[in-house]
Amino acid sequence: MSGMTLIVKTIARLVVGFIIVFGCCVVLHGHLSPGGGFAGGAMLACGFVLVLLAYGRTETRRIISENRAATWDSLGAFAFLSIALVGYFSGAFFRNFLPLGRQFQLISSGTVMWSNVAIGIKVGACLFAAYLVLAGFRTAEDM
Amino acid sequence: MVLYVLTMVIFLAGLYAAMAKKNIMKTVIGMLIMDYAVNLMLVLIGYRRDGLPPIMTSANEPASAFVDPLPQALIVTSIVIGLAMTALMAALCVRLYQRYGTFDTLHMRKLKG
Amino acid sequence: MDNSQLLPLLIAVPLGGAFIIPLAGRLREKAAEAIALLVGVALLVLAAAALAGPASVYRMGKWPPPFGIVIVGDSLSCLMLILIAVLSLCIIIYALGYMKRFTARPKFYSLLMLMIAGMNGVVLTGDIFNLYVFLEIAAISSYALVAFGTEDQELEAAFKYLVLSGVASSFILLGIALLYSKTGTLNMAHLAKLISAAPADRVVQFVMALFIAGFGLKAAMVPFHAWLPDAHPSAPAPISAMLSGLLIKALGVYAIIRIFNGIFSVSGTLSTILIVMGLLSMVIGVLLAVGQWDLKRLLAYHSISQMGYVVLGIGLGTPLGLAGAIFHMVNHGVFKSLLFLCSGAVERSTGTRNLKELGGLCHRMPVTCTTCSIASLSISGVPPFNGFWSKLLIIIAAVQAASTMGNVAYVIAGITIFVSFMTLVSFVKVQKYVIFGKLPEKLAAVKEAPVRMCISLVVLAVLCVGLGVFSHAALRKLVLPARDAALDKAAYVERVLPEWGSQAVTLGEQ
Repeated sequence: MSGMTLIVKTIARLVVGFIIVFGCCVVLHGHLSPGGGFAGGAMLACGFVLVLLAYGRTETRRIISENRAATWDSLGAFAFLSIALVGYFSGAFFRNFLPLGRQFQLISSGTVMWSNVAIGIKVGACLFAAYLVLAGFRTAEDM
Repeated sequence: MVLYVLTMVIFLAGLYAAMAKKNIMKTVIGMLIMDYAVNLMLVLIGYRRDGLPPIMTSANEPASAFVDPLPQALIVTSIVIGLAMTALMAALCVRLYQRYGTFDTLHMRKLKG
Repeated sequence: MDNSQLLPLLIAVPLGGAFIIPLAGRLREKAAEAIALLVGVALLVLAAAALAGPASVYRMGKWPPPFGIVIVGDSLSCLMLILIAVLSLCIIIYALGYMKRFTARPKFYSLLMLMIAGMNGVVLTGDIFNLYVFLEIAAISSYALVAFGTEDQELEAAFKYLVLSGVASSFILLGIALLYSKTGTLNMAHLAKLISAAPADRVVQFVMALFIAGFGLKAAMVPFHAWLPDAHPSAPAPISAMLSGLLIKALGVYAIIRIFNGIFSVSGTLSTILIVMGLLSMVIGVLLAVGQWDLKRLLAYHSISQMGYVVLGIGLGTPLGLAGAIFHMVNHGVFKSLLFLCSGAVERSTGTRNLKELGGLCHRMPVTCTTCSIASLSISGVPPFNGFWSKLLIIIAAVQAASTMGNVAYVIAGITIFVSFMTLVSFVKVQKYVIFGKLPEKLAAVKEAPVRMCISLVVLAVLCVGLGVFSHAALRKLVLPARDAALDKAAYVERVLPEWGSQAVTLGEQ
């Protein structure tokens, strides 16, 4: 699957940065405004999918291959589970063990922000990996 | 009340598409419609008259009339579960197309008895 | 560290295994199998420790119910946990030997760990939406595992299973949504209090119908059984054993017991519906099974029939019926897994599942054939194996119900005995065509299954014999406490919501 025309590639290169930054912003502000881990992760995955659509599969595989995306996927999920387990060993499973700051600040509400970050990484990586794998199938005529 | 009935109509339409269609892509879309209908029912259940979105800002006291926030958490979970199922169904459809060259279930009759 | 601290580990350990296994498998191929085996052993130790201690309640994140999620480890949950742990360990050991001819093995073990984590979560949780989430985790892993070999048959069967099971999950979610709109809570103990205090109106009856449809499909009851004869034979043998031996019980029957005894109460119309569904499943399952020539398809139809026994026991509503149902659930898990694992060993050695092409294997594969015979005798209800005792309990409960139901109860008992006889007939057929008889020339060179597969077969056969011979002790120590935990709504509510007291709960509206 080769890429698209030069116009599409240029615009994609300009826009992808904004998409990734906006996705990270939604992930980090999960405890203050609607969104959080899953919605932000979906936006991150959309950013990568834009690169895939504009540049084609071989180019994108050079940047992020399926194995790397799957590794980040497992790491994100394991980070979420270890936040819960650290809470377990210091009280109760999923307990909020970091200090709760002042209300409505970015660094407040303890583990909620870090859980959002872990989920954002996981969802972004796994949606992109699933899309990459599904786009790689050959149809019955090409086989 | 009318909204609840219309949501059930969407659910039944999705159920018909999932069960009675021969093309497996239409089955996938039918299951998506059923998931949307159940999520919509959850939104309707959480509604309170003249309620605000349940987001606390510094201008907002906690005692204001919010709509019920619990169904919204249930809906996010349900959307993620529906996403996982749809991804798996799409992968199965692609593989089935590779084997049989068609999406029509009348040609995929290897299992019988 | 008291007993309640162990409960979250039973969910966290297999989840952690599921996330680490793909990473480890990419580094070293053997690491994935080692981690899976380690998790299996750890689960067995944790489940035994949970069973040995008293019933306990754990609050996630120290949030009090009904704001937070609680996980409850009472006798019924601990019995299911130990069943899941023992069968999972045997199936993992078997899979170490069987899966050598498949690629992408780390993904297989990862999905298997996710399925075990999901089943543990369903069995432990005390919150009805959490039950739905864990049910979906286990179900989605099982759809992927059924399609694991990616042959034509497996893909078709996985797609049909996915569609039907997905529709059932939507029904369950709709029921939970309507229940929440009526009561305003998701905690099962709180729901028990509110539902038993209010009269049963149309919304509650509609919710019960949705739950019967949804969970009945997961448990393969007869109007909704169409996915099972395709999905169970097409999966690889350890997955067939897992699906038939654990998944339809933990997701389907356990949820029926917990919800219909804990939140609603089994009486009147609900009891009649469950009895009718159970009888239909028993009869139709066994009649369709007798005519099958594919070994795994025959076993799959028998799963439908035996689950009919369990639902009949639940539907009778009496304590003896429920005890028989729970004991039969445990027994069926053990001998049906053993039968599917034996059929996997036969298929791996001979390359075929067709009964007409097999024969006389008792000379070449002694371990497989002995354990298969033990399991066949158990499922047919021959004393002193374990199937006999549980079927006897259900038949006696049916006869005892004659005082409330009249002569219909004798008809029910008669049908049960007839189905048991037909089960014996079909397994005599299996014995004749697979084990005894003459060995065809094509199969003259078959060898016994490798050691790792034989270990699991022998362990499960020993369990069959042990549960049968020591059935009295098993009943007294395991089944009767579980039955009491399922029926005793007031104690459950007291344990989960201690500060609210239990004086407001009436024990059902009999």
